[in-house]
Amino acid sequence: METFSFYAFAVLVLGGAILTITRRSAVHSAISLIVSLVGVAGLYLLQQAEFLFAVQIVLYIGGIMVLFLFVIMLVNLDEAAKERQFNGQWLIALICATVVGLQVAWFMTKGAGALKLAQVPVAAAQTGAPVSPGNVEAIADVLFSEYLLPFEVASVLLLVAVVGSVVMAKKRI
Amino acid sequence: MQPVTTVHYLALSVALLLIGTVGVLTRRNIVIILMSIELILNAVNINLIAFSHQLQNVNGQIFAIFVITDAVAEAAVGLGILIALFRNKETVLADEVNLLKW
Repeated sequence: METFSFYAFAVLVLGGAILTITRRSAVHSAISLIVSLVGVAGLYLLQQAEFLFAVQIVLYIGGIMVLFLFVIMLVNLDEAAKERQFNGQWLIALICATVVGLQVAWFMTKGAGALKLAQVPVAAAQTGAPVSPGNVEAIADVLFSEYLLPFEVASVLLLVAVVGSVVMAKKRI
Repeated sequence: MQPVTTVHYLALSVALLLIGTVGVLTRRNIVIILMSIELILNAVNINLIAFSHQLQNVNGQIFAIFVITDAVAEAAVGLGILIALFRNKETVLADEVNLLKW
């Protein structure tokens, strides 16, 4: 069952991603991106990251995608949809993708044995694990003790982003 | 079928990263370039969660939260820049903004 769910979500993620970068209309791209993000949320759920599953749905799909759709609405994209959609950089893109893909594949085949990734099935790894508190409690414990300073810095970052985007979108700077 | 291991998640993450990279490099529409960046950040998150699950360590999920925070900030500022750009130049195509080009 877990294997089947993994492949179903993987098809959602990759299919949505491919549609996102190939559609002509930006609205279709945004909807495909939502499909892809739902697939990623499902993968989080498969790996017992329930808090991140909720965050992914609420923040990504509810927040960022609505932001994208608002901007698509504000900016007139009809002219852009009639134009050429791709610049002529297919060769560079393919070379970059191939080089990075080969590198990572090489390191994964090399490192799979060293890290014992392939040998340990994900499901078997936690059968012997002790009974832990829920995922949200575990995250909160670590986030508000060990990572308290980065958490506060992240809030300052969000404040800067809010002020910056408001200034950027103002009529007269 | 063989059980799903961390390697499966890593392979999926690499595929998503490469799709996002191709999107950033080849599309002309700035909105879709920003969406491709979101895809890349999601690939990073899948990686972090996979290792967090394999090592039974919650730190990876904390880092994924910080990555999501960065993605939100980046999307907000990027779309603000896009609106300012559209107001000034009436275009959303990346290669028509060539003032600083050689």
